[in-house]
Amino acid sequence: MSLIRLDAICRHYEMGSETVHALRGVSLTIERGEYVAIMGPSGSGKSTLMNLLGCLDSPSSGIYELNGHHVGEMDDDELAEIRNREIGFVFQTFNLLARSSALRNVELPLIYAGVGLEERREIAIAALTDVGLADRLTHKPNEMSGGQRQRVAVARALVNKPSILLADEPTGNLDTRTGAEILELFQNLADKGNTLIVVTHEENVARHAKRIIRVRDGLVASDEPVT
Amino acid sequence: MKLLAEITEGTRISFEAIRGNLLRSVLTTIGIVIGIVTVTLMATAMEGLNGAFRDAISFIGTDVLYVDQREWFIDSSTKWDAIGKRSKITLPQVRAVERAMSMAKGVAPSVMHQIDSVRFKNRSSGMVMLIGTNDQFLVTGGVTLSSGRFLTKSEANANRDLCVVGSEVAEKLFVNESPLGQKIHAGNESLEVIGVLEKRGSVLGQMSLDNQMIIPIGKMFRGFRWDPSCTIQVKVGDPAHIEAAREELRGLLRKIRKVPPGQGDDFAINQQEQLLAQFKKVSTVIATSGFFITGLSLFVGGIGIMNIMFVSVAERTHEIGIRKAIGAKRRTILLQFLIEAASICLLGGTIALGIAAGVVAVARHFLPVMKVALSPSVVLLALAVALVTGVISGFLPAWRAARMSPVDALRNE
Repeated sequence: MSLIRLDAICRHYEMGSETVHALRGVSLTIERGEYVAIMGPSGSGKSTLMNLLGCLDSPSSGIYELNGHHVGEMDDDELAEIRNREIGFVFQTFNLLARSSALRNVELPLIYAGVGLEERREIAIAALTDVGLADRLTHKPNEMSGGQRQRVAVARALVNKPSILLADEPTGNLDTRTGAEILELFQNLADKGNTLIVVTHEENVARHAKRIIRVRDGLVASDEPVT
Repeated sequence: MKLLAEITEGTRISFEAIRGNLLRSVLTTIGIVIGIVTVTLMATAMEGLNGAFRDAISFIGTDVLYVDQREWFIDSSTKWDAIGKRSKITLPQVRAVERAMSMAKGVAPSVMHQIDSVRFKNRSSGMVMLIGTNDQFLVTGGVTLSSGRFLTKSEANANRDLCVVGSEVAEKLFVNESPLGQKIHAGNESLEVIGVLEKRGSVLGQMSLDNQMIIPIGKMFRGFRWDPSCTIQVKVGDPAHIEAAREELRGLLRKIRKVPPGQGDDFAINQQEQLLAQFKKVSTVIATSGFFITGLSLFVGGIGIMNIMFVSVAERTHEIGIRKAIGAKRRTILLQFLIEAASICLLGGTIALGIAAGVVAVARHFLPVMKVALSPSVVLLALAVALVTGVISGFLPAWRAARMSPVDALRNE
């Protein structure tokens, strides 16, 4: 069974009197351990696709199966639980809690998962150590560089051992060198067997993946392995 | 376990949020502070008033029945007219009660009469309440002696020229000499002091209970009041038997006063409870109107909290998005903001209790009769009211936060 199976997914929004068809029937499957890039120009529907894949949003029609769960039929709280267990997010703007330390940020998904105080501290420290931030535990986001912040975000994304790591323009706010570091970190994670989905519009970022899915006008335009 | 962790987390976040906006939070609580101060002071004042009243009427005794011509509280004019026609309670009737009453520890007649002064040598006491009674008054009146002795049965029945004076009377008339054995003058009578009563204080700081003088009842009839109606004081002893004793007394009186069957009593049996009930009526009215005003100020304060919570939710929309993205459920977000609202209100409640404690301390200084103090139950009440106000006024903003779509919330930077 595939990790992700999308079948004829449609998503439309009401914008005033107009209906915007962001996705018009997307079907694809992603297997466990794949490293996939989703590309497309702005307005192509790739953000909508990412929101759906990340269970932040529900499709208007179609079937979405994630790790055996029928996500399309879930209510808000069930989706929250799926996001907590199955998905790790890495955002372009990092989206860390500004007032909390690196450690607290990484602990957060564990708190929502109901992990006890001592255990979650241990796991969070280990996760931060894995991304090379063992000496930055008590730093707040504004005391860290962009690259460090993105590493905190990666640690937070991975801390609940999700089925997918979902990254949205992960290098968009980083300089080339730090961006390369993050991509190297992703490569390591992929090598260890993690499933990675990176949404980007940068060709050289996408080329790090093993497979590129191109989206255009709400449909999958092409889906081919990186050669 | 999960819920507990969420509550801990919510508390932590709300503390951070309040600390981050301390001035704003404190200003927001002003409405709540005023509300809680009012609640606290109202409750404390009511407690003080109740206590003061209870103390004040304790001289009546919880287990003493007072037979009078009329009720202490009469609520209609037709009743007034009927009562006017009742015959007097006479001394022989008191004796008949005393002989027949089985459930009493003591039965004493009493007649009160206020006189302008009691004199000793060239000193005068001012107004004194004369009480004509017998030896049983020691039991029924709940009085104790600081020196000397009370009237004996034979002295009372023989109408001897003797008296027992209240402490205030004794202080006014006797400076350096002992009151015992001295002859004092009241009206045309000359009476020997045989005892002085223990100090008893006053009723609500007004009517002194020490400005009294006790004389044999026969003396009262002969020297001061012609043919008055007596009050019969019946000491039951055990408050548990008071109802049964009341019934016995009623039957007895109907027989003695020859009330035909089917006709209402032509006398009244009064007791402390009636006073308390009457007082409760008044204090309920005060409390109800007071708490209504308090409710209004809490309502206004609650609206303030709701307002600031809406602001807080709007400011932290992006944070809500992040939390939802990584797995916060509706309940989690709801709880977080409810705790924040409750914490702000508890902060207000604590400030309010501080202010109330100050006011109470001042009131205590200027109104010692009230015996007011901030009791633990009032403190608990105040904090509970604060908490409830916070939860109620925080609910709408928190609910709005909880229902946000994560996509929209994340887009909000």
